[in-house]
Amino acid sequence: MSARGISKKFGVVEVLTDVDLDLKKGEIHALVGENGAGKSTFAKILAGVYRPTRGMLEMSGAQVDVSSPIIANNLGIALIHQEPISFPDLSVAENIVMGRKGGGLMTRVPWSGMLGEARSYMELLGMSIDVTRPMRGLSIADQQMVEIARALASDSQLIIMDEPTAPLTPREVETLFIIVNRLRDEGRTIIFISHRLEEVRILCSRVTIFRDGNKISTHHINDVSNSDIIRLMIGRQLQKYMRKKGTTIGDVALEVERLTLPGAFKDISFKVRKGEIVGLGGLVGAGRSDVACALFGVAPAQTGTISINGKKVNISQPSDVIKLGLAFVPEDRAVAGIFGTLPVMYNITAAIPSKIAPRGIIRRMIETALSKKSVADLSIRLASLNQPIVELSGGNQQKVILARWLQTDPQVLILDEPTRGIDIGVKEEFYDMIGMLAADGRAILLISSELPELLSLCDRILVMSEGQLTAEISRADATQEKIMQAAVPRSRVAA
Amino acid sequence: MKNLRNILLRREAGIFVMIVLFCIAVGIERPQFWTLNSLRIILLLVPLIMIGAMGQMLVLVARHVDLSIGSMLGFSAMVTGLMFRHYPEIWWPVGFIVAIGTGTLLGLFNGVLVTFFRLPSIIVTLGTLNLYRGLTYIISDARQINRQYIPSDLKAMSQTSPVFGIPWIIIMSFMVALLTYYIVMHTQLGRQIFAIGSNPIAAPLRGINVTQVTLIVFALAGALSGLAGIMYASRWGFVNPSNTGAGFEFQVIAAVVIGGVSINGGVGSVLGTVLGVLLLGCVSAALPLLGIPGTTQNAIYGSVILIALLIDRTVRQKGLASLARSKT
Repeated sequence: MSARGISKKFGVVEVLTDVDLDLKKGEIHALVGENGAGKSTFAKILAGVYRPTRGMLEMSGAQVDVSSPIIANNLGIALIHQEPISFPDLSVAENIVMGRKGGGLMTRVPWSGMLGEARSYMELLGMSIDVTRPMRGLSIADQQMVEIARALASDSQLIIMDEPTAPLTPREVETLFIIVNRLRDEGRTIIFISHRLEEVRILCSRVTIFRDGNKISTHHINDVSNSDIIRLMIGRQLQKYMRKKGTTIGDVALEVERLTLPGAFKDISFKVRKGEIVGLGGLVGAGRSDVACALFGVAPAQTGTISINGKKVNISQPSDVIKLGLAFVPEDRAVAGIFGTLPVMYNITAAIPSKIAPRGIIRRMIETALSKKSVADLSIRLASLNQPIVELSGGNQQKVILARWLQTDPQVLILDEPTRGIDIGVKEEFYDMIGMLAADGRAILLISSELPELLSLCDRILVMSEGQLTAEISRADATQEKIMQAAVPRSRVAA
Repeated sequence: MKNLRNILLRREAGIFVMIVLFCIAVGIERPQFWTLNSLRIILLLVPLIMIGAMGQMLVLVARHVDLSIGSMLGFSAMVTGLMFRHYPEIWWPVGFIVAIGTGTLLGLFNGVLVTFFRLPSIIVTLGTLNLYRGLTYIISDARQINRQYIPSDLKAMSQTSPVFGIPWIIIMSFMVALLTYYIVMHTQLGRQIFAIGSNPIAAPLRGINVTQVTLIVFALAGALSGLAGIMYASRWGFVNPSNTGAGFEFQVIAAVVIGGVSINGGVGSVLGTVLGVLLLGCVSAALPLLGIPGTTQNAIYGSVILIALLIDRTVRQKGLASLARSKT
């Protein structure tokens, strides 16, 4: 299979630019790159989930039009998604055989044959799941193994695995590797997307590096060292943004000690002082957002303590935390942040019901005045306060969310990927704003996958990998490479 | 032990117990409830609902709803009745083809609006509920098809059959249930209907042709409403433009929801639906015996739907609902 000049635009944002890639029959080919480098998008184009804006795909020399997952399926291409996709109400066995090619709708699918087949795949994977049980309630790791079983059952010639090992235990990873090697020996082609370079080294024969939607280069794995790969992954242009000076760092505002939530993060301890911007770097899935959710009471930690302004606090739900002066701008605006169809004004005042409605009745005058001030302070561009927030651009939506939390006058502000999907100009405005908020004496925890952002904004940078803190780097010492070294997970398989 | 617990937890067992308890309670109060005759009454109440419920079950499992089944029943019955009035000489089984064909077309129309125009099924079928009923008035000139026009062989189907004298329509309704069971449990189609309802986003990624399957589901609901339409003519011996099929959707949805089919899609079983229909039949048969006036029937159906939804929610929260379909 070959890709020729594959490009993909989402709206105006080009996420893939002219990617060429040749896959050899019977090879295990690794795709590596930072978050957002375009690996998963590329994988989805191969599997017919997305259609490329430009470019074409060839299979055995002939051009193919992979315009839907059904066609991909019939061409023998299977994608194991990063997040397992399943039918929760159907049994494990049905999930495994679902969507295999061939057979009309009235084709008889005998249970006994299906169960037997499903059991044999689970056995092959060393799993002891009862295949008659529903998918609902299976752990992510088990769901991932069922996904892998499905790819095996579909008898595909090209199997794309998007970070398949992330949720697996070392034993499961080893089993997976044995199977992937067997598949290769059978002459199938495998694309293996992973952040774990050790795994890539053990498993793959060639590695292709993606950065910013471009394919950088393809190498034989023995021709490059891990540090070469990391250098190629991060060779990103540093933006010329400089944070304005003038912050004095004060007392500890937020202190976290040995915070643990099994399955998400472990033994997290750090301090954020007033006026300080602390960055939290790492790869997606490292547990950064889980820590933020725990601090905000969305999914509280099981053990460990959180102190705000020197006082230990008990956090069980977001409303407690808002009262304590903590605010959280979540990663996914569309899901956790905006009330899409409601006017901008309602979105701005959503966190301060008691201010705008002292006795349960909304005082439009107060609400309008507060909203107008926010719009001016943050220079939010809009047509009217009564405009539904979805009509605003991503950057302005994000500003509205920020405005909402500034209404509560928070002492501690947690920003989770605040500039994701925002264009450069608005980004700089955001950086100014974050700097100003710190200068006002607020403590800021900035979660970001963009290394230049962390480097230019933060006083200190913490790095997480696989649920644990792996580094704390001061502003003076920080480089992209140091952060990336700490962020890339150690392999859990013996080399 | 684990299997035993699963069986006990299964929704079907719960409904079965409810039916038994209900019948015992009514029987103690009114001993004549425990006679073959009242069994006959119950079984004659259920065939239409049973057939409608099979279609509605598939629709709900696919995470849609069809409110127009009563109007489809009425329209199909009216088309068939008009044919019998205009062509009294026609071989009467042709009526089945006409009724089922008419219903299929109406159902397909619903399906086209839902799939190609991406409209929510609850609104589409609320619209066609009125549209089809209105068309029934137009084609019939708002006049009833009277008894003398319905072929007597057709009417006889509701009286008896060679099989122990059990009326044909009862046998047919159970045959439809068996056929639905086969589709649900043993065909690609059945599995894909459940998959679409369980995770509509994943379904196309798994190579399921969601449009095609959804169209088939709505067409089946229409076809079965058409079948119920001609059975109505057989059972009651007339077709009335305003009464025939009116309120049918509520009885059917009540039965299906009692039977454990989740309105959130992906969950449901034929056995549960059959039991839900039977429970509703028992309640309907017991009301007159207990001296509860027919005027309260709607209130009872309504309450039963709400209670069933509450139970469904509780069961679902405990994560047991999915056991209904998994084989033990």
